[in-house]
Amino acid sequence: MVETRPFLALLRHLVLLAGAGVVLLPVWLAFVAASMSGGDMMNGELGLVPGSQFYANARTVLVDGLRSGGVPPVGLMMLNSLWMALAISIGKIAISLLSAFAIVYFRFPLRKLMFWMIFMTLMLPVEVRIVPTFKVVADFGLLDSTAGLALPLIASATATFLFRQFFLSVPPELAEAARIDGAGPMRFFVDILLPLSRTNIAAMFVILFIYGWNQYLWPLVATTGESHYTVVMGIQRMVAVPDAEPIWNIVMATALLGMLPPVLVVLAMQRLFVKGLVGGDK
Amino acid sequence: MNASAVFKNRSLPYLLIAPQIAVTLAFFIWPAAMAVFQSLLREDPFGLATEFIGLANYVDVLEDPRYLDTVIRSCVLAVVVTAGAMATALVLATMADGVGRGSGVYKTLLIWPYAVAPALAGVLWFLIFNPSIGVVGRGLNRLGVVWNPALDGTQAFVLIVVAAAWKQISYNFVFFLAGLQTIPRAVIEAAAIDGAGPGRRFFTIVLPLLGPTTFFLLVVNLVYAFFETFAVIHATTRGGPNSATETLVFKVFNDGFVGLDLGGSAAQSVILMALVGGLTALQFHFLDRKGAR
Amino acid sequence: MKLLKTFAAVLLGSACFSAPALAATEIQWWHAMGGELGEKLNSIADGFNKQQSDYKVVPVYKGTYPETMTGAIAAFRAHQAPAIVQVFEVGTATMMAAKGAVYPVYKLMADTKQPFDPKAYLPAVTGYYTDSKGNMLSLPFNSSTPVMYVNKDAFKKAGLNPDQPPKTWPEMETAAKALQKAGTACGFTTGWPSWVQIENFSAWNNLPIGTKENGIAGLDTKLTINSPAHVKHIADLATWQKSKIFDYGGRASDAAPKFYSGECGMYMNTSAAYAGIKANVKFDFGVAPMPYAPDVTKEPQNSIIGGASLWVLNGRPTAEYEGVAKFFNYLSSPEVQADWHQFSGYLPITKAAYELTRRQGFYDKNPGTDVSIKEITNKAPTANSKGLRFGNFAQIRDIIEGELESVFAGKADAKTALDSAVERADKLLRSFEKANQG
Repeated sequence: MVETRPFLALLRHLVLLAGAGVVLLPVWLAFVAASMSGGDMMNGELGLVPGSQFYANARTVLVDGLRSGGVPPVGLMMLNSLWMALAISIGKIAISLLSAFAIVYFRFPLRKLMFWMIFMTLMLPVEVRIVPTFKVVADFGLLDSTAGLALPLIASATATFLFRQFFLSVPPELAEAARIDGAGPMRFFVDILLPLSRTNIAAMFVILFIYGWNQYLWPLVATTGESHYTVVMGIQRMVAVPDAEPIWNIVMATALLGMLPPVLVVLAMQRLFVKGLVGGDK
Repeated sequence: MNASAVFKNRSLPYLLIAPQIAVTLAFFIWPAAMAVFQSLLREDPFGLATEFIGLANYVDVLEDPRYLDTVIRSCVLAVVVTAGAMATALVLATMADGVGRGSGVYKTLLIWPYAVAPALAGVLWFLIFNPSIGVVGRGLNRLGVVWNPALDGTQAFVLIVVAAAWKQISYNFVFFLAGLQTIPRAVIEAAAIDGAGPGRRFFTIVLPLLGPTTFFLLVVNLVYAFFETFAVIHATTRGGPNSATETLVFKVFNDGFVGLDLGGSAAQSVILMALVGGLTALQFHFLDRKGAR
Repeated sequence: MKLLKTFAAVLLGSACFSAPALAATEIQWWHAMGGELGEKLNSIADGFNKQQSDYKVVPVYKGTYPETMTGAIAAFRAHQAPAIVQVFEVGTATMMAAKGAVYPVYKLMADTKQPFDPKAYLPAVTGYYTDSKGNMLSLPFNSSTPVMYVNKDAFKKAGLNPDQPPKTWPEMETAAKALQKAGTACGFTTGWPSWVQIENFSAWNNLPIGTKENGIAGLDTKLTINSPAHVKHIADLATWQKSKIFDYGGRASDAAPKFYSGECGMYMNTSAAYAGIKANVKFDFGVAPMPYAPDVTKEPQNSIIGGASLWVLNGRPTAEYEGVAKFFNYLSSPEVQADWHQFSGYLPITKAAYELTRRQGFYDKNPGTDVSIKEITNKAPTANSKGLRFGNFAQIRDIIEGELESVFAGKADAKTALDSAVERADKLLRSFEKANQG
């Protein structure tokens, strides 16, 4: 039997608690900052104990808007983030399911080539192709639109790859049976394959939602109107004010709100999230 | 690809794959081709005067000793972030695996930073380490450490590493824990009966069995540290002080979007694409094997 | 319930926010003013929008100065340019060279037959934005110049006269040491390191920043910031960094918290930092001119400006340009300018706005707010202090600040670093020259 020395058990808990503490620390400090008045913070009175202004700051951020931070009200930015995250995650899943289906269940000329073309996209993170991508999106007239925010990020080699792996693991007899029953490919796809993929789709959705919500550089360059700001990029706008110091307490209140939805998604759908992760990469 | 049952249809597969291919062509292949083209030009920022200069941009980039510095710096950053995030996660996962029923609680406590945007993670740590108003920054100064990441490149680098690794711990933790939980209890117990202590068991049995997971995480973490640290850097140090936190990806963005050196930036893009191509091939080679197991 | 209501209010608010404008022609104005300044800028645009109903100026905050400029350029290349873009002063050479992209202000005003008198503006400001024929190419909007802020409370505590801040660099050292003795951790810090400690240090002490009248007289210019006087100044700062007489706090205005928190007793930065300081500090503060170097010049010359001007870009529908011209007239009116100047600490760009502010008794009520204007008008500008015009200067400034950082961090000596800055800048200047011949 493996040792059950109480000392070891205690040590384990201590290490884990310390780990959890370190992981939590910055968020706690952000909360402390978000609960201070601007003046107190600037005067170096930021400590480990929260101040009394959290409600007031949260109100400023949510209700009164952030004109002084150079960004629209947080509610609007959160809504934009939500749209972008949904458009990216649903879009990615939809086109990846279709293309994986085509690749696994059909043989057609150029199949290999297309397969590799899809994978090549992984080589080109948006940061690397930012300048030409901006031009392409602008040429399509898609700057400053939800479509423009989502489309360039919607191709997904990883999702395609994972669905392909999953389809390959589906017993071929199922498709065979469907064919013998006279069901067309789309019938098979909708009635059999999709229901089977339900958990995979849900797990993928959790991961991609987070991916979409956390996009930073692309919304930063692709939005020219404040009405399309997302919350993650909005933070950068608030931090990079020229000739002045960021209003840190408000910045932190916004940051907390901005990280809340994806964190809640992860916590609420922990099992799916872990499956989505371990089932494969992002 | 093993043969699944195959449907016969001439046009349907193309229709199915069309959206993915269209997006890929429009937003990946085409911009990439534009980058290649642009890298052969010298242009004023507004695109009013254009001159074909062949490979001169590449020569400029590769001859610049600072570019080599940036290559080295990016690699160091990738390795340090990867090592830090993986080691911490492995320790925590091993501990969590051992506590039995409580592991679920710790899992919940540890996985959520995955959901925090890298840019936000950067801003959080940046404030904490601010030498004038941040808790840790001021604390360090009070302890006599001269803490000033605006001036000391190493300190700024540390800040980026901490912020980037912090966010990645949760990801590695999930994988390590899952990996640990697949190791049969019996194997460990057998070793224990043979008199192997916890340390030895870990290094002789657990670690080798975690090999595939570790290798997979290594690749994923390196890719993460290479690219996604961009947001951390951009939202905090912006590559400074004196380029101490400038990575290859940041330089592509900064030279192109801020410095307006479109040709030079495009040349760097192309170099980077080739570089990442290698990493990606490696990652997929591995994913393919893992998926087919 | 309350939460629900709040949420509804937010939703409603956002709906209004994205509601399309009515029939008015929209004019996009991209700018880099965040924080309190951004808020003020919005209210200025609002004022114009309320005054008439044909045009609606829509200010869009695009982030930092470099981001705003490149964003606009990229948008121009993609035929999505805004009508008005705020470009910081170091982007001036790039904008001036882009003849096909820019609609010069003097021409815009003439084409739209709007009243426009270049002489109404302060010459120290417009000199920066005027071509060799004397035509104003962009409209100065927010111009500032570096000043020195002092923590009066800390001065008193150290037995220094808070109304007589140090005037020269040697006096700076003495005052800083006195402050430190009385418990202030650091003597002074600086914002915008290159702009304050290199560019304005040069102008204030009548030293050239580059050949060809700081680049104004020709593209074949070369930086001269590795002169002995420059090297000595930077070496002094590096020495002082060790004992915290000087403490480096980062680029742009990242050093601000060092002054706000009382850590540093003096703070050199743009006159536009005034509003932020007023909002954030709990101590009594004053404004003084920058110190000069008595071993270089007997008395200070004049300072040069920073900040930004408004450029009009080509490629918009004609109807918008008439609105732009009207808006520029509104912006230059003494009332708007005086209000902006008094609120922000930026210079009044017209003589009338300066006069109006004086008549209103603003300078008497807020001592120190006229320091900036006194600095830029201190003496008739020389070739060294008219301004500067270098191509690729955003990158060059990046290089200079990087080299300064290596000196302050003790990794390089001042001479080597400034030599290297000059050499690296030269590459960029030459490539700009090549790209803009003819």
